[in-house]
Amino acid sequence: MKPVLRILSRLGHATIGGVERLGFAARFFSAILRQSGTSVVRPQLVIKEIYQAGVLSLIIVLMSGMFIGMVLALQGYETLVRFGATESMGVLVALSLVRELGPVVAALLFASRAGSAMTAEIGLMKTTEQLSAMEVMAVDPIARVVAPRFWAGVISLPLLAALFSALGIYGGYLVGVRLIGIDGGAFWGQMQAAVDWRYDVFNGVIKSLVFAVAVSLIAVFEGYDANPTAEGVSAATTRTVVISALAILALDLMLTIFMFRGGTH
Amino acid sequence: MTVADASLSIAAPAASAAPVGAAAGAPAPSSPCAAGDALVELKDVSFGYTKDRQILSGVTLTVPRGKLVAVMGGSGCGKTTVLRLLCGQIRAGAGEVLVGGKPVATMKRDEMYAHRRRLGMLFQFGALFTDMTVFDNVAFPMHEHTDLPDEIIRDLVLMKLNAVGLRGTAQLKPSELSGGMARRVALARTIALDPQIALYDEPFAGLDPISLSVVGQLIRRLNDALGMTSILVTHDVAESLKIVDYIYFISEGKVVAHGDVASIKASTDPFVRQFVDGEPDGPVRFHYPAKTLAEDFA
Repeated sequence: MKPVLRILSRLGHATIGGVERLGFAARFFSAILRQSGTSVVRPQLVIKEIYQAGVLSLIIVLMSGMFIGMVLALQGYETLVRFGATESMGVLVALSLVRELGPVVAALLFASRAGSAMTAEIGLMKTTEQLSAMEVMAVDPIARVVAPRFWAGVISLPLLAALFSALGIYGGYLVGVRLIGIDGGAFWGQMQAAVDWRYDVFNGVIKSLVFAVAVSLIAVFEGYDANPTAEGVSAATTRTVVISALAILALDLMLTIFMFRGGTH
Repeated sequence: MTVADASLSIAAPAASAAPVGAAAGAPAPSSPCAAGDALVELKDVSFGYTKDRQILSGVTLTVPRGKLVAVMGGSGCGKTTVLRLLCGQIRAGAGEVLVGGKPVATMKRDEMYAHRRRLGMLFQFGALFTDMTVFDNVAFPMHEHTDLPDEIIRDLVLMKLNAVGLRGTAQLKPSELSGGMARRVALARTIALDPQIALYDEPFAGLDPISLSVVGQLIRRLNDALGMTSILVTHDVAESLKIVDYIYFISEGKVVAHGDVASIKASTDPFVRQFVDGEPDGPVRFHYPAKTLAEDFA
């Protein structure tokens, strides 16, 4: 086969494979939704997974939020001081976090910390025939293993994003007010006046909810679809982090275009 | 996925193997069961994951109610595939798999789940849930399929664990058990709901002689005490001959010999002899097909 034909053949093969996988992921998502009854009837299954995915991610999310808020305040001060607008630091920090950095960075951290763990756990359950054993025991693994993890991710991530933003704002306060010496009243007052509940906060929550669905779906799908070998689970875990990161950034762009469109409220 | 995505292929059914007694010229062994007494039947079953490679080709076998039947053969000969067909995890490309007279391949989702509730399967490596304790592993099918109060489940679980001699391990995690102990816990989980049919996939693999003997005797005793019908997939001839009622030998996806224990022991069939005596040379090749040694080391 000529090199050009070979390249075209590989491209076609990869495209068909990609579309096939996307179709399978869509069917998998619909199966999760159909099999979510167990998660409603037995909420303790979801609560256990919220602990694994959410509570155990708290430290990394809270620490990152605090550091990012501090850095935002330091960088923001550099610019604001040139225009004599240092009192607007609260607004800068809050809007950056609530609209953008909170949902996006929390989702990226969640994908790395909890998403990869979900993929590895489900992949290893497949490798060690635990999912097969469930099937043979007349227990649907999607209902018993996948759906609770998916819903735990969907519930945990928006809460983590909110905590990320809250700690970020507090970090900005520590640097701006306590370290640099900006007036505390101006910091909080301007923030209160400029940040709109529906336009800024609610849209941020919507963003983190969309990211939560995307990251959780990618994590459980990659685990369930992993090749049942050590190498397969390792590759699936890597794919979870890479695909989640790209999906978060692409979805962020789309959502930002729809939500904010560069205008003001 | 496993069911939907498996590409099935159809192979021409192979002729059924003669019972070993007949093949050896000795008196023919009795049929594994009288007509109408079969609980599990495979009729001319063929299966392959790809069109190029058939795992099973025209396999016919019968398992009578209440008996313990072994399916034996070398690694990769299609023994485990027989169990997966019975569980409905894969569907035959040709032929019929009947359990209690009902074809497994045409079962709808609800029927399939009802069918699986009557089965208990011991996986080759136990497949214990690693995030649960031994107690929770055995209690798992009870919690999922019954409304029994926790106190009753506790007593039942301890009774099952006591039957396999591991009541004292109830609060341990599977990672804290030896291979033999994990297999016995998996056995307790297999019989948790007193299944009608028990399927054992290589229950003796990797066990020390004591554990091997204990597990073998447990399988026999449980079959008789609980009135189950059991299918044992293994390549351990010596242990199987001590506990089973009937044996099927599979090689390259076909049933090549079958018979009761006495006829298998007395058989002069070359395949059976090679397997029973553990001979390196015979109808089953030890070496995977390759170039000659002279070509490879030239």
